Amino acid sequence: MAKYGDTGSAKPTGRQARRTYEFVKPAEIDSGETTHFPVIIAGGGPIGLATAIDLSHHGVQSVVLEKHNSVSDGSRAICWAKRTLEILDRLGASERMVDKGVVWNQGWVYFGEETEPIYKFDLLSDKEQKFPAFINLQQFYAEEYLIDLFPSHPETEIRCQNEVVGVDNGEDKVTVTVKTPAGSYKTSCDYLVAADGHRSPIRNMLGLDFTGRVFEDNFLIADVRMKADFPAIRRFWFDPPFNPGQTSLIHKQADDVWRIDFQVGWDIDREEVMKKANVDAKIRAFLGSDLEFEYEWVSLYTFKCCRMKKFVHDRIIFAGDSAHLVSPFGARGANGGIQDVDNLVWKLDLVLKGVAPPRLLNSYDDERILAAEENVLNSSRSTDFMTPKSKVSLAFRNATLELAKDFEFARKFVNPGRLSTPSALDGSPLNTPDEDEFSDKQRPGLPCLDAPVSINGADDWFLNQLGNRFTGIYFSDNGTTPEKIKAVGSVQLPVDTLTVTKTKTGGDSIIDAKGLLHQHYDAQPGTYYLIRPDQHVSARWREFDRDKVSKALARATGR
Amino acid sequence: MAGKLRTEPGVDNPDDFYARLIDLHEGLSSEESHKINAKVILMLANHVGDTEVLYEVLEYVREKGTG
Repeated sequence: MAKYGDTGSAKPTGRQARRTYEFVKPAEIDSGETTHFPVIIAGGGPIGLATAIDLSHHGVQSVVLEKHNSVSDGSRAICWAKRTLEILDRLGASERMVDKGVVWNQGWVYFGEETEPIYKFDLLSDKEQKFPAFINLQQFYAEEYLIDLFPSHPETEIRCQNEVVGVDNGEDKVTVTVKTPAGSYKTSCDYLVAADGHRSPIRNMLGLDFTGRVFEDNFLIADVRMKADFPAIRRFWFDPPFNPGQTSLIHKQADDVWRIDFQVGWDIDREEVMKKANVDAKIRAFLGSDLEFEYEWVSLYTFKCCRMKKFVHDRIIFAGDSAHLVSPFGARGANGGIQDVDNLVWKLDLVLKGVAPPRLLNSYDDERILAAEENVLNSSRSTDFMTPKSKVSLAFRNATLELAKDFEFARKFVNPGRLSTPSALDGSPLNTPDEDEFSDKQRPGLPCLDAPVSINGADDWFLNQLGNRFTGIYFSDNGTTPEKIKAVGSVQLPVDTLTVTKTKTGGDSIIDAKGLLHQHYDAQPGTYYLIRPDQHVSARWREFDRDKVSKALARATGR
Repeated sequence: MAGKLRTEPGVDNPDDFYARLIDLHEGLSSEESHKINAKVILMLANHVGDTEVLYEVLEYVREKGTG
């Protein structure tokens, strides 16, 4: 059941050394003083690290407490979706990830002995985006790049080999007990973000639920290092000759490492499956008998889809795998977690500054539970399609695959994983519903779609113009911005204004030379969008009205 | 297929429909499943009505074998 199973006898001979971090004795141990932070983050995985960096962009001080002294190990997240890269771009980590990672936009699906795919899908539906549909990059690289941002963000720090062993969820603060190699200490915070993984010790300390489904199947997952010229495409097989009756997948990562999955069934001798000779044989049957490769990691997984009933528990907030766990077919784990961070941090900031009431944090529950349900549903359905539970569901599955060879309609029913897309947040209480006629594409709740723009003659991207605050986007026919539009928001809750126009007429407005922003946002001169700090649409109108904007702003901040 | 049968995607949410279809059989015996599948086919056939289309489907599935 372990998410990170052992490597059995297929030893990781090609395993790259992971970066480690020095233990520094926290001052609290000698002083005996209980220090206080606005936010403490338990867990130094991608979710905890991104939370800390995002908070520091808002000027909020935090500390990350991480039990280990190194970045992650094992077959963990590899697929980073476009929306995740956009979020991490706001934090300053995406450039290195894209440089190091393997870019891909397509998935190919095979069935049986056919050497040609039965169909191909393209995951980048809107072209001319700064980021591709996905990059593949080992999780530990993402962690390293985020940790490298810490020195330039003085509002935050990371403490390795600092394990949270006790937690007191008090009325006005949370006090945690931290164990280190040099002794224990206590520290407190206004809010504790529990990003401590799917086994979440904090969730267990509080005795909170984590329920869902176990899929009665096993998957052998090997990360192998080899020189191969296979395409950088997610290739997925149903019932291939090299793994009859089961599914398989191959996907390229950085450093010539390839992720290879074999579905192996439920009633198996786990030890037998994990024997080096048997794993070798499977890989050679798949990729060629003369193939040379080394193991980076091998493990045997059983998948679960679970979530907590709610993620906000007074002053303790769960994010990432601690709050929701999905099977990996769909890349909805780390991507869902990074969206949690994006959703949570600006709300925490406004609540900590007293600009928004604490109940704004309930909307993190509303919005991210909706997203988690979507992720659980999609990843459960994919796993169900791969692991039919009964004879009749197997018959439907195989009938679908056979029909898919001939018919487009049947390809829509084939489910080799529905890959992570950002949650639309439809029905969120923070959205102001449309009162004017607009196309659905950028309706309230959706994250903003990117587009190429130019500013003062230089090429740029639209999303890079949005900061960490609320922003008003005003579409102008001549590039000028009426004074009244700039005068929304307040000192406590500022609203930045961006003016978008199709042709340059002076000033520093955003030039939508290709007209893509106007197209995506269904904009006409006078159209005004109110955008949240996490780049989701809060409200939009055909004509600016100060009172309506103020009301929408109040609604979006839980007031 | 050059006949009258439409084969372009026509179900607006394929994943939802597929899940409902599989859920339909939850807890049923093999015989029960066969019977409700038959009912589904007969009802949809009646809805389609056009025997040219129906025979086209029958010929296709028989020709392709039972694999």
